[in-house]
Amino acid sequence: MHRRYLSLWFRHLTTDRLAIRRPELRDRAFVTAAPERGRMVVKAVSAAAAPLGLFPGMALADARAVFPSLQVFSDRPDWHQKLLRGLAEWSLRYTPVACIDPPDGLVLDISGCPHLWGGERPYLKDIVGTLRAKGYRVRGAIADTVGAAWAVARYGEVSPIIGPGSQREALLPLPPEALRLDADVLQRLTKLGFRQIGQFLDMPAGALRRRFGDKLLLRIGQALGTEPEALHPVQPLEPYLERLPCMEPISTATGIAIALKHLLDKICARLSKEGKGLRTGIFRGYRLDGKVQQVAIGTSRASHNPGHLFRLFELKIPSIEPDLGIELFEIEAPLVEKVVEGQEVLWQVSGRDHVVVGELLDRIAGKIGMQSIRCYLPQEHHWPERSIKEVPFLAGQGAGDMSWPIQAPRPVQLLSPPEPIEVMVPLPDYPPLHFRHRGTIFRIVKADGPERIEQEWWLQTGPPRDYYCVEDEGGARYWLFRLGLYGQGNPQWFLHGFFA
Amino acid sequence: MISVKYTISTNTMETILEKSEIIRQLREKIMGLEGFSKSSPHPFVSFGLGPLEAAFPGNVFPTGTIHEFISQESSSAASTNGFIAGLLGLLTQRGGYCLWVSHRRSLFPHGLKYFGLAPDRLIFVDVPRKKDILWVLEQGLKCPALTAVVGELQELSFTESQRLQLAVERSKVTGFLHRCQPRQQHALACATRWKITPRQSELEEGMPGLGHPSWRVELLKVRNGRPGNWLFAWENGRFRHLPSYQIPIRPGISTGSQRYA
Repeated sequence: MHRRYLSLWFRHLTTDRLAIRRPELRDRAFVTAAPERGRMVVKAVSAAAAPLGLFPGMALADARAVFPSLQVFSDRPDWHQKLLRGLAEWSLRYTPVACIDPPDGLVLDISGCPHLWGGERPYLKDIVGTLRAKGYRVRGAIADTVGAAWAVARYGEVSPIIGPGSQREALLPLPPEALRLDADVLQRLTKLGFRQIGQFLDMPAGALRRRFGDKLLLRIGQALGTEPEALHPVQPLEPYLERLPCMEPISTATGIAIALKHLLDKICARLSKEGKGLRTGIFRGYRLDGKVQQVAIGTSRASHNPGHLFRLFELKIPSIEPDLGIELFEIEAPLVEKVVEGQEVLWQVSGRDHVVVGELLDRIAGKIGMQSIRCYLPQEHHWPERSIKEVPFLAGQGAGDMSWPIQAPRPVQLLSPPEPIEVMVPLPDYPPLHFRHRGTIFRIVKADGPERIEQEWWLQTGPPRDYYCVEDEGGARYWLFRLGLYGQGNPQWFLHGFFA
Repeated sequence: MISVKYTISTNTMETILEKSEIIRQLREKIMGLEGFSKSSPHPFVSFGLGPLEAAFPGNVFPTGTIHEFISQESSSAASTNGFIAGLLGLLTQRGGYCLWVSHRRSLFPHGLKYFGLAPDRLIFVDVPRKKDILWVLEQGLKCPALTAVVGELQELSFTESQRLQLAVERSKVTGFLHRCQPRQQHALACATRWKITPRQSELEEGMPGLGHPSWRVELLKVRNGRPGNWLFAWENGRFRHLPSYQIPIRPGISTGSQRYA
């Protein structure tokens, strides 16, 4: 079949995207910039900024000198790719083969598609018109080869549609830049006075290869159609979604459970084939009266175990109201992750145990909430309240780089916040003789300390704490501290914890 | 005794031996039914509890069952937590995770390392509603991948404790129920009932500071065992039995609340 290609050129891709997101930026001069070799460099300029003399690649400081009130947005490295990918997936409605052409273009293989739109001209008009209506400044061209379509989309001035077999004539008046060449080859061509492709297109191949290398011949061949060019079409991600229509409306819990099991088996089969697992899942039931009932679950680690996921959903089945009956069930996994298959460890806690514990925690989280499950790791802070950090349960992970310190005594139970006490102290910097907490007097017979813990000045300032471990007559042990120093204001005493 | 044996014919001798063997097997079976399983999942764990272990059937600290701890004051609650942390530390020596279920938790992870328990081996579940504690406990006790489950709760009915005991018998998880200030101490389906109270630490004559944590350990109930009182200290990462037993004098505030005596 005769091949036809469409090349789309987004002249101001990122700035147009910003203007679509924030309509007030439309027709305003602004640039995007990113750090490069220790300075900020302009990466893209908006359509209104280009006539002011701003261009991509100039230093941001220079751009600001030209135009002091310039608005600057930061540029992300993979932004172009992401935007183009989104546009390529959108353009799949026009052709099944869409490829991204970084940094600012798309290539569509439109062979056999345009007649559905009534010909190539209405087809191109439809695509370009829709994109322009969205707010992108876009140009498109159709030709027999990718190279020719690329060249005409960017440099063509006559017609965007190059008839079959006439790419050679279309290329002749275009500048050498239209051949997708490297900067040094272009420089050499310009130096030799080649302003149009037609000036060197008919030269002997040997002479061109000697002066400009193989790349030029390859590009000429690709533009004329004598050399092949490989395309890498985008593969759209299929959503993880399974549906189960029912012959009869379902209105019992057992029926819902059976439907759920069917759907979970289907989605888990696909997930396990792809080595992925579900992190969040939504189960929907479409009722006869048009209303949608849904329950959602989350897992702490990616799972494609239908039994486990069923148990999580099972807890929530009673909250589904079938009313007259549900005629369509649907399960969706909006968040999937790669499943890490742990290696079994002999004689130790096996990798399987982590999974089982993870599943248990999922069940608990499903009933009482994820925020009630807490694990702790040590943190490098002296201040007792800050010495631990909360982490999600990550099986198989030890204390990390830090181990739990045991040099200084720490109580088994900590009061939060510390409770004020009244004390009798014989001398400054001595432990108290007795203290009163909630109306009870505790006589101290043994004491240890003080352990001074200074404020972490980079986080907060204030007086230091002097901690004492004390033991009363009954053997009960307490962790007391004095906030502040005698002789500097009025120090206060607190009870902070109980030792075992 | 020996002279009697001589008079019995070899035939009756065999029947006696058979009978005693049957009785021994039946006893073992009954023990199993009562929650003391011979095939413990942690066969090599030695708790170092010395003479206390003789109080248990088979002279082994029973794992794979439920222990009940009772504390009346905040000081003895801290001691109980310390004692449980010591036991958990020994149980998790070979790895494994523990679940700590409570309603209002005051446990400080840093303090557990002293008792040999790595705090990152613990998963804390802070249950916002008291009535969910039992559900979480049962789920945890049913999970064979856990080493132990600790539950801090106040009240528990006999039927509820039976449910937990049944869960444990299948999964062989060790359960610890810490009941702080229970309104009544009725019978439960737990294998043991403990009471840990703090006691003045011992120091060498004239030395300043605090000694090692030291407790009075009361085994109020133990099924098929001998309850008793012992003194224990936690020294150098293990329990040490203090042989010289004396009733500790607890003057002042502490005496009023020794309700069990």
